[in-house]
Amino acid sequence: MNESISKPLEPGLGRKLKAFFESRNGAAVILLMIFVVIALIARAQGITFARLLPLVVRGVMLSGIISLGAIGLSLIFGVLNFPNFAHGDLMTVGAYLALIIVGLLPHGQPLGPFSFGYELLIGLLVAMPAVGLVAYLIDRFVYRPLRASNSSAAILAMASLGAALLVRSLVYIFFGADFTFFYRGRSRPAIELFSGIRVRPDQLFILGLALVLIVLIYLLLEKTKIGKAMRATADNPSLARVTGINTEQVVLITWLVGGGLAGAGGVMYGLDAQLRPEMGWWLLLPLFASVILGSIGNPYGALAGALVIGIAWQVSTAFLPAAYGPGVAFVIMIVLLLFRPQGLFGKPGGS
Amino acid sequence: MSDAFLKALLLGVPLAFVVGRLLPAKFRTWRVPLAIIGGWGLAALMVAMLSTGRLAYLTSFGILAGIYSVLSLGLNIQWGFTGLFNIGIAAFFSVGAFTTALFTTTPAEGAAAAFTEQAFGLGAPFLVGVLAAGAISGLVALLIGVPTLKLREDYLAISSIGIAEVVRLIFQNERWLANGPQPLRGIPRPLFCLADSRAACPWVPEAVVTFFEPLSSYSFVYLVIVTLFLVVIYVLIEQLIRSPWGRVLRAIREEESSTAMSGKHVSAFKMQAFVLGAVVMGMGGALYAHHMVAIDYSHFDPLYATFLIWVMLMLGGSANNLGAILGAFVVYGIWQGTPELVRYLPLAQIHPSLAGSGPYIRFLIIALMLILILIYRPKGIFGEQKFLATVTKR
Repeated sequence: MNESISKPLEPGLGRKLKAFFESRNGAAVILLMIFVVIALIARAQGITFARLLPLVVRGVMLSGIISLGAIGLSLIFGVLNFPNFAHGDLMTVGAYLALIIVGLLPHGQPLGPFSFGYELLIGLLVAMPAVGLVAYLIDRFVYRPLRASNSSAAILAMASLGAALLVRSLVYIFFGADFTFFYRGRSRPAIELFSGIRVRPDQLFILGLALVLIVLIYLLLEKTKIGKAMRATADNPSLARVTGINTEQVVLITWLVGGGLAGAGGVMYGLDAQLRPEMGWWLLLPLFASVILGSIGNPYGALAGALVIGIAWQVSTAFLPAAYGPGVAFVIMIVLLLFRPQGLFGKPGGS
Repeated sequence: MSDAFLKALLLGVPLAFVVGRLLPAKFRTWRVPLAIIGGWGLAALMVAMLSTGRLAYLTSFGILAGIYSVLSLGLNIQWGFTGLFNIGIAAFFSVGAFTTALFTTTPAEGAAAAFTEQAFGLGAPFLVGVLAAGAISGLVALLIGVPTLKLREDYLAISSIGIAEVVRLIFQNERWLANGPQPLRGIPRPLFCLADSRAACPWVPEAVVTFFEPLSSYSFVYLVIVTLFLVVIYVLIEQLIRSPWGRVLRAIREEESSTAMSGKHVSAFKMQAFVLGAVVMGMGGALYAHHMVAIDYSHFDPLYATFLIWVMLMLGGSANNLGAILGAFVVYGIWQGTPELVRYLPLAQIHPSLAGSGPYIRFLIIALMLILILIYRPKGIFGEQKFLATVTKR
């Protein structure tokens, strides 16, 4: 008799397991398990470790590109409280703006081991603030009127889809639908980094630049007043407003920073692969997967999420067609949503 | 009866029915006779005014606009009435289209088998294919709804984009499933025998066959089929929305927490609306497949398989089924008409690099339309139709 009464109070094994998987450690275990599964599939297909290691290295580089988009997307998501579906297309704009600059400047010799010359560096320096400005202009003429009329997050998200399509249609109109390169017909040889791992020097440059930008963002967010205001607004917009933070100014800086990072990410993606009008749309899914993985509004979480997504994407190419990369990101996101929708670094109970 | 007049009749009567829906309530009882008389009159007018080529163009336009209307009605259940933000319509559209293709075709044999691979081909009738398309599409919606419908609304939006991309990747890369990336051909046309005497359909009454005897073009028959589907789906949705069930959906859209407090199982209702909308979209996809005869992944680009339908619904007015249909016709008209107009623009003279960009201008127009509607007229042309649930009236 006593047993039957006390039974419901004792959490069963199933409930304990559920609680564990919903905790942060549990989510980390799930992520680890995803990697183990990927590695096991690779083993089962007879793929050696020596082939997986270069893929992991390439995955880290891809993470550099994804994280540049994801950090900005996460900040914007946190500060403005809607998913900006135009973010991928902002990356496309960055790549094509750099392409215009590269086309205008006289082509010099390639710099050192890299495939690009000084023109691309100038292009990058122009594209970053320019994309930030584009992002702000879209906010000024599309999102701000909607915010003013108290539109719901879904309406803002839909407007961002419209903005994405608007931007992409302009790319189509001026550049056509074909893919292109910053430097047509220039060979991009790979060098041996160490014992069997071959990378292109460009990819090392991409990784280095991503790291530099991430450190700069870290300094901005942690050491400056506006950075702290941004983090506070992303964490809790209404509380930030109550404490006297100028949220419109925060919005402006967030678009400039997020757009600038997206522009840099787009240039790097164009340098790593090729330029296509759909390149940003293609990256949108990995971007959102990283943002949700690292908890919305948490830029460092987005960085960690990008690392997970980038490596999983590249390693999966060992046994899946490379085209499925965004699909792998999507599956990881769905698995996490099932157990821990607030992301790895979120507070329990969601936003 | 001449060929041209029969064609015009098949075009005119459905059109008159659609116009009849717009009649004020006082004349509702006259709707059916008026539509039939008006349809004959319209047909006579069209034969007198339009060339055969124009007539065929209008028919093909009517079929596709009708199919888009079905998709728009499906989205209206999800977004208009329940507030579910689904931007992966392409997923349900293409799953429906490929399902009916696999159900109704027969696998290629002999030499053709080397060029066409498909997982299975049942050779089932058209209606079975359409119902299966709805069922499988609903199943996909169920799978995507489980992890996302209980979470905040942004997650559904992001996940629906994801499922649309994954579905497209599958149909693009998996050759064994539906011959991707090559088109899957030979999807049968329902009642093809009416337009072509060589095809036999023994179960159709002799009188019907004789009536359609002079017809030389099949698409007129298919227009009638699409119209029938559109009308049936429209009437069913209208009934559902006016039922207590529909009232709960609208309550969820307006105030989710107080609906839950009134003892409604919010996530169950959301799931039902999401799945029902997906079933309708899947059936729209099936109608599309039987019209195109050959389909491949590139028909379901997010641009014209998702955004276009959103613009249609937002223009017509969300939560208004007539608006959804009207929006589909207007936006599809703009979508088809723009390239015709752009041809006359001196793009190449403005800048040589613009010479080939004419077709992309319609993307720009659709995007601008969506943004302008959202800012200046978020309720669309019609706005929501207010009504009481049927239990209280009639």
